[in-house]
Amino acid sequence: MTALAVQELTVSLDHSPVLHGVTCAAAAGGWLALIGPNGAGKSTLIRAAAGLVPYRGTIRLHGADIRSLRVRDRARLIAYVPQEPVLPPDMTVGQYVLLGRTPHLGYLGGPGRHDRERAAAALERLDIARFEARRLARLSGGERQRVVLARALASEPRLLLLDEPTSMLDVGHQQQVLELVDGLRKEAALTVLSTLHDLTVAGQYADELVLLHEGRVAASGPAAAVLTTELIQLVYAASVTVTAGPDGRLVVAPLRPRS
Amino acid sequence: MRPAGALAAAAIFLVAAALVGVMVGAADLNPLATAAALADKIPFVHLHSGLSSLDKAVLFQIRLPRVVLGVLVGGLLAMAGGGYQGVFRNPLVDSGLLGASAGAGLGATLAIVYLGGTPNAIPAAAFIGSLAGVAAAYLAFAATTARGAMSGMASGGTATLLLAGIAVGSFLTAVQTFVLQRSTQDAQAVYSWLLGSLSAATWQQVTSVLPYAAISTLVVLLHGRHLDVLAVGDEEARALGLRPAMIRGIVVASCALAAASAVAVSGLIGFVGIVVPHVARRLAGPSYRSVLPLSLLIGGGFLVLADTLARTVLSPAELPIGVVTALVGAPAFVWILRSTKAAGT
Repeated sequence: MTALAVQELTVSLDHSPVLHGVTCAAAAGGWLALIGPNGAGKSTLIRAAAGLVPYRGTIRLHGADIRSLRVRDRARLIAYVPQEPVLPPDMTVGQYVLLGRTPHLGYLGGPGRHDRERAAAALERLDIARFEARRLARLSGGERQRVVLARALASEPRLLLLDEPTSMLDVGHQQQVLELVDGLRKEAALTVLSTLHDLTVAGQYADELVLLHEGRVAASGPAAAVLTTELIQLVYAASVTVTAGPDGRLVVAPLRPRS
Repeated sequence: MRPAGALAAAAIFLVAAALVGVMVGAADLNPLATAAALADKIPFVHLHSGLSSLDKAVLFQIRLPRVVLGVLVGGLLAMAGGGYQGVFRNPLVDSGLLGASAGAGLGATLAIVYLGGTPNAIPAAAFIGSLAGVAAAYLAFAATTARGAMSGMASGGTATLLLAGIAVGSFLTAVQTFVLQRSTQDAQAVYSWLLGSLSAATWQQVTSVLPYAAISTLVVLLHGRHLDVLAVGDEEARALGLRPAMIRGIVVASCALAAASAVAVSGLIGFVGIVVPHVARRLAGPSYRSVLPLSLLIGGGFLVLADTLARTVLSPAELPIGVVTALVGAPAFVWILRSTKAAGT
């Protein structure tokens, strides 16, 4: 079943076109990864799905056009984690994760017991309950990413938008975070749309890849269809080898160009 | 400190400061008798204070309105400062930066020079001038960001608004100086107003401020939670279902109203709006759900104490209260800068 359906998405920022008629879809509980060179429009697609940039075309979530949803209803369904989330340094982890409940609160209401329970459950699930009283300024990179995911999870979304969730992390913490996201989507029937700059990682975790090139879809489908030497040469102007790793998944390794 | 405990402590501080303000002054009132006279005003309590009718007049017609006005002015200035800091995500912002003080100064100057400075004209003109100053800053900001509105709002929005406020403030101050240069005989009256004073406090001033104080306080306090969400930035706040531009408009308008009504009856009193919210943050953390009510209480107490100093140190002469708050506030400001730097923001 299709959870997220993006059709003919066209976005212009400051009067210059960024995306031209992009169409892609993610199955319910699936993980769709956007790949492509810098400036290809990956983050813009994520932000359009979060309702943060004006666009032409349609974005549907479980059949509903997200443009027809009220801002707060949309925020309940879709959680957005930007590439560099703003973490107010003096706020505690507990307060920050509780912000994830915002879409569930009335305009003049405050968080109640149910909201605190959901936030506590998210802290528990991401194994950071012991940091609850710690200030955000005092977290390491890996802890920060888990705290941000906990905030996203606390809002109980159907769609999780992740813009480069691992770009600031070392390889070990990258794996930790990606495994967490993978576990969460399976448990909570959460659909994930993320950008991932590491092609090997994208092939390992996502069910489907969309390769963007200058705002258009250059290729889409399972990793085997998208991660080919030719396509990567064409889109990234990079020489790589694509081989099957020990687990059968593809490994994209850069190859030094012969001069 | 937990927010509830901090609120209780701040409330006790406010009451204690108010009592000090009522007891201390040129006319030597017996503290016990003063307390009895105050308690006598509480419904169902009947006490004989033994104060002479002259003492009672000093207490109820001079000191008490001044203390109550000080509580209102200090609370409103501190709360407005805290609100602005939340809206602009910057702990160093104050009403003065948004054209409010310059507008009030121009309004009061015009009233003194062209309307003869009647007691009713100055507060009204300062009130209107203060609101007009903020409105002009907001319009200047809107004009600069009308092009490419979405991206402009998201990125440099708050910095742009502050710069617009500074530009508008400089312009209004220039106009004020121009007006004053043409009418130098009014300089004394204008400068004494600019330095701030509660010496003309009356119950009539208290009742004229009260409705604006009540409305702005209610609206600002109800938006504490929204300011906490704004702390993660406009883009993430929007993704959480908030409308940052709308929240910013509501809170700025309410804070402008709060500061304008305070300035109207007191003149320009600096630093309260920066120092007090910072103390509130130190007490109970950065959440605006506690910073705003704490600022209201601590600001009220702080200004009454500052005013008590202002009217006693050089007694029988009075020091402008703006001088006292600046003498205390400027060093505190440096301390804030240091600690803000240490916190890595």
